[in-house]
Amino acid sequence: MKFTRREFVKGGVTAFTFGFAAPAFLSDLALAQGTSRRNLVVLYLSGGNDALSTLIPYTDTFYYSRRPTLAIPAGNILQVGADSAGNALGLHPRLTGLRTIFNQGRLAIVQRTGYKSSSRSHFLGTDIWSTANPANATGSGWLGRYLDTLPSPVDPLAGWCTIGSLPHSLQANRVSVPAIPNPVNYALQSPNTGAEAGFSRQAMTAVTSHLPVEQPHLAFVNGTAQAALATLDRVASVTSYVPTVAYGNDGLSAALRTVAAALFANMGTKVFWVQIGGFDTHSGQGAGGNTGIGAYANLMGTMNGALTSFYNDLSNQGLLQDTLILQFSEFSRRISENGSFGTDHGAAGVMMAIGGGVQGGLYGTAASLNPVAGNPTLENNGGDVTFETDFRSVYARVIDNWLGADSVGILGGDFRKPGLTFV
Amino acid sequence: MARLSPQFEHLYRRAGFGLSAGDRERFDPYAPVVSPRSGRTLSRGTGGGSYRQAVESMVGYNPAATDVDARIGTPGYVNITSNGPFTPNRDIGHARQRWLFRMVHSPAPLQERMALIWHHHFATAVSKIAGVYGPLDSTRLMAAKPSEDPVRLRGQIELFRQNALGSFRDLLIQVAQDPAMLVWLDGVTNFKRQPQENFGRELMELFTFGVEHYTEADVYAAARVFTGWNLQVSGSIGSGNAAFRFFYNANEHDTAAKDFSFRIYSRGFGRTGQIPARSASAGMQDGIDLIHALAYHPETARRMARRLWTWFVSETETPDAGFVRSIAQTYLNNHTNMRAVMRAVLMSPQFQDSRNHFKRYAWPAEYVVRSLKEVGHLGFSVNDALNPMLGMGQQLFEPPDVNGWDIGPLWFSTGAMLARMNFASALATSQRAALRDAARPFRTTPESLVGFAYDTLTMPPPHASETAALTNYVRMGSTWTGSDQQLLAKTAGVFHLLTGTGEYQFV
Repeated sequence: MKFTRREFVKGGVTAFTFGFAAPAFLSDLALAQGTSRRNLVVLYLSGGNDALSTLIPYTDTFYYSRRPTLAIPAGNILQVGADSAGNALGLHPRLTGLRTIFNQGRLAIVQRTGYKSSSRSHFLGTDIWSTANPANATGSGWLGRYLDTLPSPVDPLAGWCTIGSLPHSLQANRVSVPAIPNPVNYALQSPNTGAEAGFSRQAMTAVTSHLPVEQPHLAFVNGTAQAALATLDRVASVTSYVPTVAYGNDGLSAALRTVAAALFANMGTKVFWVQIGGFDTHSGQGAGGNTGIGAYANLMGTMNGALTSFYNDLSNQGLLQDTLILQFSEFSRRISENGSFGTDHGAAGVMMAIGGGVQGGLYGTAASLNPVAGNPTLENNGGDVTFETDFRSVYARVIDNWLGADSVGILGGDFRKPGLTFV
Repeated sequence: MARLSPQFEHLYRRAGFGLSAGDRERFDPYAPVVSPRSGRTLSRGTGGGSYRQAVESMVGYNPAATDVDARIGTPGYVNITSNGPFTPNRDIGHARQRWLFRMVHSPAPLQERMALIWHHHFATAVSKIAGVYGPLDSTRLMAAKPSEDPVRLRGQIELFRQNALGSFRDLLIQVAQDPAMLVWLDGVTNFKRQPQENFGRELMELFTFGVEHYTEADVYAAARVFTGWNLQVSGSIGSGNAAFRFFYNANEHDTAAKDFSFRIYSRGFGRTGQIPARSASAGMQDGIDLIHALAYHPETARRMARRLWTWFVSETETPDAGFVRSIAQTYLNNHTNMRAVMRAVLMSPQFQDSRNHFKRYAWPAEYVVRSLKEVGHLGFSVNDALNPMLGMGQQLFEPPDVNGWDIGPLWFSTGAMLARMNFASALATSQRAALRDAARPFRTTPESLVGFAYDTLTMPPPHASETAALTNYVRMGSTWTGSDQQLLAKTAGVFHLLTGTGEYQFV
């Protein structure tokens, strides 16, 4: 497997070199590729988000009987109506901002997303969602494959990862998506100060401009250095951004603030990656139905605050129409709570899409949580929710109808699903 | 500064982590003397040494005699940082520092390199174990040195260090019984009623012969083979005294026969692909038999040879068929003994071929350790390499998944390259005065200064455009006089540029 992947990347190195052969023109490239300002912001809830606590089937009696300490009282739930099968649903009490966006018709919620024989492994599950290939979750990611379809040479800032390590989803063959955990630190340091530091940067650009055709691997690494040096000023420019709203002090808020800054500067980025961890809530997920405390309520509060600030900021800046936020997690969690006020790894989850171009509402139908034999909405002896919408159908809609690319080519099959018209 | 011959430098970069000034003196008797500037061989060497002897010194180390941990915190060695006592058996940040310290200073660098390679091959991440047993015990399970642990727990990395060049078959068995691995691939919950497939699958897919040589039915059979290979925990978690022991849980072993699509026994038992039904008390032998068969499978020999090509010979050329054939044969002829295999790798014509020099992408650990050895580390703490390594994409004890790190070109994102360039800056900054002092004999011209840096960094002959870029840099700002003040700024500047350039990312 490793060998095959290396061969695959090896083939890409040559192409990569051509992609970075003209670093001086990268800024122009970004503008040339910027005929559409549309962009995708992917939000990953790391650890396996408990979908039944995000979108709550508050009239299902089994929700209460199977979660005696975790269930949230119906009166506290932020009602969002009923799905096409008539299941009444509501958002977690801390998702107040998202409920407002829902009411504005700009939040779409896709229920029971997943795939057949869902992996309960974080690693394999994440790889499957990243590659969009449950049968063989190796090789480049689905977002990387999208970036690979952009006309060559590709601007390295076509993708922008706000965490330190590049997620599998963004691994591409032809473009090295920059990992920029903090734009303030995304600068070239020097052993000297003042004019000498300027000389260092000038010289580093000159010394890494050696891109020998007969040594594509050296050219690839020097080209990566050139791409970093060529994007430093553009990345640094976002640090002076003045947002129109206050953002929170958490990491997700900081990341989304950076994304807003990059959008405001019209950087030409097509795909951003933002992430929030802590969703592997095996224990201490909540306590006694008290909706204001517990690990999960805090996560919802953080996510709600960050997304609401971002949404309002973009709206004020006139950028909302060009932005689509897509949220996912590697799996959901077990229906019945465990003995530690938590939930173990489960199956189908919930995805959300937010943005000015979104057709809001509830897509798909909720599961019945009755663990009776033959309940088609459950699996694993009634332990887990089974999927209704293949997650690749959601990806396909985004690729075809938002990014304007070919989902069949990128996903390696036709996953388009009629009725899934959230964007 | 004298260079060793390219062949010797290559050996110490690949089988070790590069050459410090002290290393050069130590290794010099084996090597011809080469002109620092022209690269011409000046003499054949007076120590009577040969390349073969140098290889012997790399593979023939005695682990007990080469323990360098006692030097931690002593002058002349790279620094460590701790807020309070330094506890590498209990604190994962300290464990990371200790391992980097060993890579920089061990007189048996191949031992540390092999441990790092086994860490990649049997990739186990401390975070999953911490999620179960907390930060203290997860550090112990990964990094505890038995002689320093209250119950003589042996961390997984210590297993790799102790068996760095032993029998691969025995290493596989010890890994299968290693407490950290039992948590990592869920052996802890492998019971006969619900066999756990994780370990059995990875054993075949990643640890031995590779994905194309087994069937899904083999995975289910392998899961049953390892039923009852569980973990026994006693004592109080978090106390520092808890014991973690592999135990064969006979009650949880599936005693029925298991059928495989490949050969398990060369003779006997009627069917060569079947592990026979055994009583519960004798059932542990199932796992030993399966591991033995996999270790000796010719496809395992070939896959290990291909991986060794990537780890030691070249990442820019596909594995040479002759090399794979020869190394696979050595592996099988020597009963999977890795010392014999590594001797053959390092003596192979392909390893020695100068066309394969500088054809591997340095792992972040290799890059950082080589920089520390070659640039210097006076007053520098390995703790200050940990965050940069995270930025470069390699956190020790935390491979991204069971497949190990994505090596080769996949190390190089723009952010990761920037992290390398900025580590180069931080290190050069910390060594400004020492570099100035060392550069004084070469102060006459910018060309001489740049030549000194190339030689100190054991770099290949420079391309004309690079030399021009560097000498231009030395001349920027003021007329070159070679004053101490100029040397202070420009020597550090040149070392930053060179260790940040593409060439230095290759070993």
